[in-house]
Amino acid sequence: MLRIEGIGKHFGGVPALSDVTFRCREGWTTALIGPNGAGKSTLINCISGILAPDTGQIHLQGLRLDGLPAHRRPFLGVGRTFQNLALFPRLTVLENVLCGLTPQGEPSMLRSLLRLPATRHRERLLRLKALEMLDAFGLTDKSQWPVSILSYGDRKRVELARALVSEPRLLLLDEPVAGLNAEETARIGTEIRRLHGAGLTILLVEHDMDLVMSVSDHIVVLDSGRAIASGTPGQIRSDPRVIEAYLGRMSATA
Amino acid sequence: MPTLSDLLQFLFAGLTNGAVYALIALGFCVVHNTMGIVNFTQVDLVSLGGMFLYSALFLLGLPMPLALLGAVAASALSGALVERLGIRPSRSDDHLVLIFLTIGLSVILRGVMKLAWGKNRMAVPPLTADEPIRLWGATLLPQILWILLLTGGAVLILAWVFRRTALGLCMRGVASNPAAAAIVGIDGGRIRMVSFAIAGGVGGLAGALVTPITTLSYDVGVLLGLKGFAAAILGGFGSFVGAIAGGLLLGLLESLAAAGLSSAYKEVIAFGILLLVLFVRPTGLLGKRKG
Repeated sequence: MLRIEGIGKHFGGVPALSDVTFRCREGWTTALIGPNGAGKSTLINCISGILAPDTGQIHLQGLRLDGLPAHRRPFLGVGRTFQNLALFPRLTVLENVLCGLTPQGEPSMLRSLLRLPATRHRERLLRLKALEMLDAFGLTDKSQWPVSILSYGDRKRVELARALVSEPRLLLLDEPVAGLNAEETARIGTEIRRLHGAGLTILLVEHDMDLVMSVSDHIVVLDSGRAIASGTPGQIRSDPRVIEAYLGRMSATA
Repeated sequence: MPTLSDLLQFLFAGLTNGAVYALIALGFCVVHNTMGIVNFTQVDLVSLGGMFLYSALFLLGLPMPLALLGAVAASALSGALVERLGIRPSRSDDHLVLIFLTIGLSVILRGVMKLAWGKNRMAVPPLTADEPIRLWGATLLPQILWILLLTGGAVLILAWVFRRTALGLCMRGVASNPAAAAIVGIDGGRIRMVSFAIAGGVGGLAGALVTPITTLSYDVGVLLGLKGFAAAILGGFGSFVGAIAGGLLLGLLESLAAAGLSSAYKEVIAFGILLLVLFVRPTGLLGKRKG
């Protein structure tokens, strides 16, 4: 499904990723873990097109992603959320989710202005779809609120709704539960398992080990920009290299 | 002591100029919102509106309504071309670089206009016969009513595009968060080109409407554009409602300054008040504070 091949990225001579290679299998939830600064977010930014890798290739279902501008990638089925959120704060909840539908209803300037019946019909359908998505996330009551006044947890849900409404084939989740309380974390966990059950391919970057261990089929461990181990949650838990590089360091700093 | 009919006369003059400033201010705001820069080619897009109207009338021999429509469309196209051929090839997102680029393009546009239409002042006829209308003792040119009417119409159309169409939603998305816009699949380059086209359209409309009252020359937009820029700042750069309010307020201030003192000082007084407003409220009347 997603093939990461020999990805390298430098920031002013400092290597952030070097020769990272792994695969995300179709329908699997793959977790990317590692200490802070290991290059997890850099890698996700390369996949979604915010950064261009210096070396290596990224393939999604045989199509080469690297080299495409970021705004083309949602059309190929790449959806994502951000660690620190990337919403449209001045737009309402509904408008944010409607923007997520751009790949389905890219408005041509003329078609948008001429208001042909077919365009209007399609816009109505898209709106309905966005409203359904809000309903599924329990955001119906707040659909007309500007995002800037929502709680952090609600914003995280709006961002997930916006990513999902476009029906991505690959969903990139960058620390979806960072900053959330236990109850909200459990809710996101349930949501990830539901999406997994529905057959979505997910790449998850997360520090919350309980969540990672409970939702992942496969785990890739990054340390200092290198993939040092990969395997099932059980294998990763008992891998001495992982314990040394990641868990050991965490307990040392705790 | 000015009489009531004098005041009415100045009020209408102020509103008319204000409407033109408001249109130009809207052009500045549209580009500022999607790119974060001041687009100095805006002033030339105003001149171009008048030039295109002149050519549509006398070169192509079109009837007035068609000529006006054509002038606005041609100005909008010019705006889009400025972005596509002048701004985008720089591949820069450094605001300072882009602003200087618009200054350079503005000089080039004025050069092109000088070559194409010459340096002489030209006269454009008003939209309809200039038989003055009398209203409570004040004398109004029909063109003044056309300016107010068409400006109102343009503002309503813009509001509809931004609030009700998918294109408007994408534009507001880019204005709100360009990185997030890219991640949901919105092509920022296309949206920036559309914003330049809108800036060209409203600027061109302003130029086509006002040049029958003033005169037309290749640099007529410079002073008008400066006033539109001031109006945009007065309203809080970026706010559409602020741009309209700022335009009307600046027009009225100028006009009342001319009525109360002398028309020779109207610009000094208007810009003096602009400075005072900004001392008290640096974000403009309706601007949002940063942060």
